[in-house]
Amino acid sequence: MSELRLMKGNEALAEAAIRAGVDAYYGYPITPQSEVMEYLMKANPEKTTGMVVLQAESEVASINMVYGAAGAGKMAMTSSSSPGVSLMQEGISYIAGAELPCVVVNVVRGGPGLGTIQPSQADYFQTVKGGGHGDYKLITLAPASVQEMADFMKLAFDLAFKYRNPAMILSDGAIGQMMEKVELFDPIQRRTDEEVALQCPWATTGRKRGTQKRVITSLRLVASVQEEFNIKLQNKYKEIEEKEVRCEMLQCDDAQYVIVAYGSSARTSMKAVEIARKNGMKVGLLRPQTLWPFPSKQIETLINNGAKGFLSVEMSAGQMVEDVKLAANGKAKVEHYGRMGGVIASPQDIYEALKKFAK
Amino acid sequence: MINEEIIIAGFGGQGVLSMGKILAYSGLMSGLEVSWMPSYGPEMRGGTANVTVILSKERISSPILTSYDTAIILNQQSLDKFENTVKPGGILIYDPSGISNPPTRHDLNIFSVEATKAATERNMSKIFNMIVLGGYLKVNPVVSLDHIEAGLKKSLPERHHNLIPANIEGLKLGSELIQRINLYKEAC
Repeated sequence: MSELRLMKGNEALAEAAIRAGVDAYYGYPITPQSEVMEYLMKANPEKTTGMVVLQAESEVASINMVYGAAGAGKMAMTSSSSPGVSLMQEGISYIAGAELPCVVVNVVRGGPGLGTIQPSQADYFQTVKGGGHGDYKLITLAPASVQEMADFMKLAFDLAFKYRNPAMILSDGAIGQMMEKVELFDPIQRRTDEEVALQCPWATTGRKRGTQKRVITSLRLVASVQEEFNIKLQNKYKEIEEKEVRCEMLQCDDAQYVIVAYGSSARTSMKAVEIARKNGMKVGLLRPQTLWPFPSKQIETLINNGAKGFLSVEMSAGQMVEDVKLAANGKAKVEHYGRMGGVIASPQDIYEALKKFAK
Repeated sequence: MINEEIIIAGFGGQGVLSMGKILAYSGLMSGLEVSWMPSYGPEMRGGTANVTVILSKERISSPILTSYDTAIILNQQSLDKFENTVKPGGILIYDPSGISNPPTRHDLNIFSVEATKAATERNMSKIFNMIVLGGYLKVNPVVSLDHIEAGLKKSLPERHHNLIPANIEGLKLGSELIQRINLYKEAC
């Protein structure tokens, strides 16, 4: 039976990790996501499911522990907030280069530097355009409710294992700290060693007599070998772009102008759309649930159906707006509206920006 | 149709966040959509704390608001900050203890509940916030006492369930103490 609870976003995500049958969590505390590890430590799942919860000595250690566990075919994850995720970038690039599945959670706060502990969405570029070095992509999920904090935990692992690719849950301080009703999915048993061996024939689980050596590495010194691997990665990314786009569209059918927003900005924008509709404006909301792959085709379709403009609402100086522009490809007006540094634009602020944009 | 947008604000340590949590849990128990959005951060330690609670029959769009149907105010700074954010015709409830400049808006339904005084007199400082909540529920019974009790059971750890009767007593006390403030009368 699924279960109804009132939980913080961070807590819902932690509980969902246990229920999804995750094998290991490694982390280092930082506001505004500390509740993730606090909840896991308190729940002590090692006693029930056998899931390991460990406070590492740093974020660099956490991500490398994830790398190791993922190499053994385990469901491993870490969570942090912006400055901590910056420290993890080398490890994330290595994991992408070794084609390993894992989940990294970023409950974003204002930056650059140590910045502020208030919510922000200024890590969009870092997440979907690189962050670490090399041509790689992170499957990026953007929860906009406590419910999605729970649901996307499981989805992120499903996608990570399906494509042998690291996945990122890009949340923000507001979604992490707020409480909402959440319907928790039924617990899934952690996989047995045999099930891991079956699901992950590449995993390094100890070589047995008569079996071939398995190597997990991101090092390919011969250029042609590296290029061959890059081509393979790019083909995989293309497949993900074709199959895994997820988004929600609200009141877009007759919309002349569409707000594009994710995470907590999508929530404030939803209210702005309500206000605008009450005032007779034909506006809608496109809410990407995956930031990579980005719902570019959906934007193109909206333009073909008569949408004249897109307002990208983000808690940043304007980052996702670049992807909206690429998707619109000059065929519609695209602008950005947002506040920075942990300041949240109110629904009324967004409505005013929308009015100005639609003029 | 219920769609109640509430701000609760006071000092950190007054039980602002837990009052909001109990209200949200009770809403959940009565089948409503709920959201609880705290101000989090350095201001929580010793400074002002506030939380936005929304109870609604429908999916809640923004948990972050700038105007409210009801403001529950527990100190002067919060009154100064939030009096003007209440929608015309809305409710403002405050504890007069420590308030030197009471609310002045004529387009609101203003109530006072002397919760600090009552809690101190009865040596029940821990249920101060429940006295305030009781006052609010008397004015606007968005959730029933049964649902509050169910909410308390869910939000308090089991070892604290023996405190539930005292909390219920606080709610009842609040419903008796709440008083409408008539600004026109005072001006005469």
